[in-house]
Amino acid sequence: MSTASPTAAVIRTESRLFSRELGSVFWIVLFPTILVVILGSVPSMNEPDPNLGGQRLVDVYSSVAVLLSIIMASLMAMPAVIAGYREAGILRRLRTTPVHPGSLLLAQAGLHALAVLASLALVLVVGRVAYDVRLPQDIWWYAVIVLLATAAAFSIGAVITALAPSARLVQTIGTIVFFPSMFAAGVYFPVQAMQGWLHTVVVSTPMGAATEALNDAVVGRTPDLVDLAVMAGWTVVLSLVAVRSFRWE
Amino acid sequence: MIENSHAPAVEVDGLRKTYADKVAVEDVSFRVEPGEVFGILGPNGAGKTTTVESVCGLRVGDAGTVRVHGIDPWTDHEAITRIVGVQLQESRMQPKLTVREALELWTAFYDDPMPWADPAERLGLVDHLDQRFGTLSGGQQQRLSIALALIGRPRVAILDELSTGLDPRARREVWSLVRDLRDRGTTVLLVTHGMEEAEALCDRVAIIDRGRVRAVGTPSDLVGGAAAATVTSFEPSEAVDLVALRELEGVADVRADAGRVTVTGAEDAAVAVLTRLASRGVVPHRLRVVDGSLDSAYLDLTLDNQGAAPEEVTA
Repeated sequence: MSTASPTAAVIRTESRLFSRELGSVFWIVLFPTILVVILGSVPSMNEPDPNLGGQRLVDVYSSVAVLLSIIMASLMAMPAVIAGYREAGILRRLRTTPVHPGSLLLAQAGLHALAVLASLALVLVVGRVAYDVRLPQDIWWYAVIVLLATAAAFSIGAVITALAPSARLVQTIGTIVFFPSMFAAGVYFPVQAMQGWLHTVVVSTPMGAATEALNDAVVGRTPDLVDLAVMAGWTVVLSLVAVRSFRWE
Repeated sequence: MIENSHAPAVEVDGLRKTYADKVAVEDVSFRVEPGEVFGILGPNGAGKTTTVESVCGLRVGDAGTVRVHGIDPWTDHEAITRIVGVQLQESRMQPKLTVREALELWTAFYDDPMPWADPAERLGLVDHLDQRFGTLSGGQQQRLSIALALIGRPRVAILDELSTGLDPRARREVWSLVRDLRDRGTTVLLVTHGMEEAEALCDRVAIIDRGRVRAVGTPSDLVGGAAAATVTSFEPSEAVDLVALRELEGVADVRADAGRVTVTGAEDAAVAVLTRLASRGVVPHRLRVVDGSLDSAYLDLTLDNQGAAPEEVTA
């Protein structure tokens, strides 16, 4: 008799496999903190900027780095894994066993979310210790917004995985969506400093809304309800599309 | 679940399955008794894989019914996965998963698994336990796939293109494993296009072609019933009229090559040919009469097999 539950066995196996993906671990967990360290080492990044409401660039980038981790996980790492499993017939083969292949998807989503959480902790600790970045003032709103942003980004990845017919195409489309998402998150240029129509467009995307709301929580402001609605709305619509169009083989 | 001891292990009745505008399976019916090794034989694209995928619940037919020990695989998917073990064609595992991890994972799926060391040893995987799936050879991947199909002690094992990619020795080992399965009472549904494999392993065979069952029977039934059940060959002492031979009762084909005449036909054809030769005073030197193979029975059933028009041969 085996004592391990099938689901627990799937989670354990996928955890091992995840730990063997050193590329994913680097880009999701370490790279965002490395970015904060690089920016924090530039003296001008450490001076209050009136365009950013008196915040320093390194403060703003601490939130951006968390979103970067979320984007890496949801657009670059996870879709490739799931599409690869589908293409190799792993999901199909699981359908012939008592274990639902959905447990594999949930395990992967959970593991990538955990990696994001580890990255977030690393960014906050290193920022606080090395560059005196303030910890989020409103920790509850911060948690809610990280959750919403993760859900929205993962649903983008899910739609790509569901709609693209091959693993190769999943990766190509993931990369194409990756760069605008980074732009919207404020990786190249702080969203707070964007003006006019560009700002309007950016904050109506999931990552644009996330970066604004996350920054609000960091400084202790109640986030704008519109930003929350934008993230939630995208999540609902994209998840529905993904669930309806996903194929196991 | 209602079941009695006389119920078949697998019962397929009037199965039909189309993909878009292509008919994969037109009308397939057969019964597999418990403990039987049942072969599904046919050319590529005949509908073999679609048939077994409908049996294990991966596909739902457009018409007809399937029962496996009384369970409907199309509506009771969960129950079917507990009694059926499946080895699929072209199915891979996670590239960085080791052989041991795959075996342990599958062990955790079932209520009463066999110790995975058993199939691993039988299938020659013991030396590769710590190797990752992506680094295994095609034959090793295939053997792991077979091992995984058996871990849950299935009542019905479905093996699709079992020995593809295996070297002759590994193929013999896999064959002996299938015989052991039968000895332990497991029903085996074996998809193959290898005649030799079907003859070596199967109690009964269904020949499927273009989505229909063309014949069902034991390998020897199929050979005996076929138009090419016996092959008679000889070197005539003088010229024979091949056209006349061809017209004899039961003769399917007559060929001549380097002075040797080969007649294929039903079981009585040999006698008819020899009687004819005797009446003409022709002596058949170096006479051989052998059984046709399942190979020729198969070709007979899946093709409109017309031999070349016979000509007269001179001694």
